Amino acid sequence: MVKINGKEENAAGLCVMDYLRQAGFSPDVVVVERNLAIIPREDLDKVILQDGDSVEILRFVGGG
Amino acid sequence: MENTEIKGPEIACSAGPVRDGTQDGTQEDRSHVFSYRGCDGASSSISREDLDRAFDERFPARMKEKLSAARVAIAGLGGLGSNIAVSLARSGVGHLLLVDFDVVDVTNLNRQMYLIPHLGMPKTDALRQILSQINPWLDVQACQVRVTRENAPGLFGHWPIVCEAFDRPDQKAMLTTALLAQCPDTVIVSGNGMAGLGDANDIRTQQKMRRLYVCGDGETDSTAGAGLMAPRVAVCAGHQANKVLQLILGPDSPVR
Repeated sequence: MVKINGKEENAAGLCVMDYLRQAGFSPDVVVVERNLAIIPREDLDKVILQDGDSVEILRFVGGG
Repeated sequence: MENTEIKGPEIACSAGPVRDGTQDGTQEDRSHVFSYRGCDGASSSISREDLDRAFDERFPARMKEKLSAARVAIAGLGGLGSNIAVSLARSGVGHLLLVDFDVVDVTNLNRQMYLIPHLGMPKTDALRQILSQINPWLDVQACQVRVTRENAPGLFGHWPIVCEAFDRPDQKAMLTTALLAQCPDTVIVSGNGMAGLGDANDIRTQQKMRRLYVCGDGETDSTAGAGLMAPRVAVCAGHQANKVLQLILGPDSPVR
């Protein structure tokens, strides 16, 4: 199981990009932190989620 | 005039005290006196000591020292950034970096700090001018440049606190990701969700990551039809500026 934004999810084995798409996040408007390390945009499709990972996803909306 | 040009590989920035370049005020070089035309049309002046005294009457000296030494960068000078800058200038934050590529447009007047005479002026220049009439002795650097993933670490990496105040969500994510990944000494205070007319109390400040605070309701999206109105934008900017002051003055300040 992977802890994503505080919730245990069955996402181990997925790359981060696939998880984002599956969960309805646009990869261009999120900041993703995995085990306290930021994942750069170009690595979202390279990093594979592992059992026990802890992930924070922050989604930005427009306005400023 | 003490303006100096700082030239990087791609960008030119202006730096120095903001006391030059005002429409209604002038200041002699090295003087601690700011001259302006008063409300009765007569020439008047205020000194740096006048401002210091007004602050000292209300706050302890140690607070002023910390605020005067503090360095805060603001990325994006729209509704959030212009309001944040004014709040921080009024609070006596001594060193500000203002970054925006854009010029003042008539559509900005509904929520940004600019005035009609600023239309067409770079936001960096217009905001410097506004700040100069709040505290002429602040050190305000301004860069009229579009922030990219490539130039963000060079622009902001030496600033201990950066306010993310962009409009577009992809730009917000780009800057936040770049600074968190590449600038280990920078704390980010970001704005996220302040469009529309929802309850102002839905806007709050949360620490989302070790070096990332996020202010906003996290939901209302200006690109999804909810327009940006002055009150909620100002509430969100107030949250951001308040978090900055907490970071500067707080007992557990992560900021040097």
